[in-house]
Amino acid sequence: MELSLATRTVAEHTVLEVGGEVDVYTAPRLRERLVELVDAGARNVVVDLGRVDFLDSTGLGVLVGALKRLRAANGTFGLVCSKEPLLKIFRITALDQVFPIYPSVEAATSATDDRDGGGSAA
Amino acid sequence: MATVRLSFSPAPVHVRTARLVGVAVARRAGVAEELLDEVRLAIGEACTRAVALHRQYGLADLVMVQMSDSDSYTVSVIDRAPIEASVGLAKLPPDELADESLTDEALTTGVGFALLAGFVDDLQVRPVEDGAGTEVRMVWPVSRPPKQR
Repeated sequence: MELSLATRTVAEHTVLEVGGEVDVYTAPRLRERLVELVDAGARNVVVDLGRVDFLDSTGLGVLVGALKRLRAANGTFGLVCSKEPLLKIFRITALDQVFPIYPSVEAATSATDDRDGGGSAA
Repeated sequence: MATVRLSFSPAPVHVRTARLVGVAVARRAGVAEELLDEVRLAIGEACTRAVALHRQYGLADLVMVQMSDSDSYTVSVIDRAPIEASVGLAKLPPDELADESLTDEALTTGVGFALLAGFVDDLQVRPVEDGAGTEVRMVWPVSRPPKQR
């Protein structure tokens, strides 16, 4: 399935809803959108992976890049993911220790205090 | 002998095709349904690695994917990049993953290898027998009734 990207604002957070397949072909579009958001001033960014069917190392690299960019700009970055196959990918790569991962957008946008990329996720 | 053989020019857009074919053959070979997501991811990672290497070295050669379902489901992804290029395969420790000094390429390579190693129990990365290149060989068990003769 093609990559889909949609942005909305929730409780002063920029939520990027991602759908479809994030791979070596589509990940550059995701990177572009995240860079645009940060360049446009977004500082509290949540990427919702709820409708992602496939995520590979290239996509993970793009997410880490966004985390670094926001950290450098004193912003926050969190992921929303509750699908077990995707969570397993984060566990295997140890990226679950790098990203704050939340089960819902509501949980992500309300947990701003610790969300500085410090790796508090279990 | 391969059951299905696929060659593609080293462009990212073709990696998805390789994944789709690889999973279709796996399903037909009798790989358990619950393993198919992992098969899809692993074939994608191996092909992504091959495409990245060909582009890095400016190689127009085709990436080859061979799928065989004799006693198990075996997928080989073969690139034509210099052998030393494959040495950089290493799993990154968690505290280095978001390190500022780590390049995007190094991160993606390290994470890609972690996914391959994590999802494929039977994984080999070895030089090809003829000329330059490496073969990423992945094997999954199949479950099906023995053939009647």
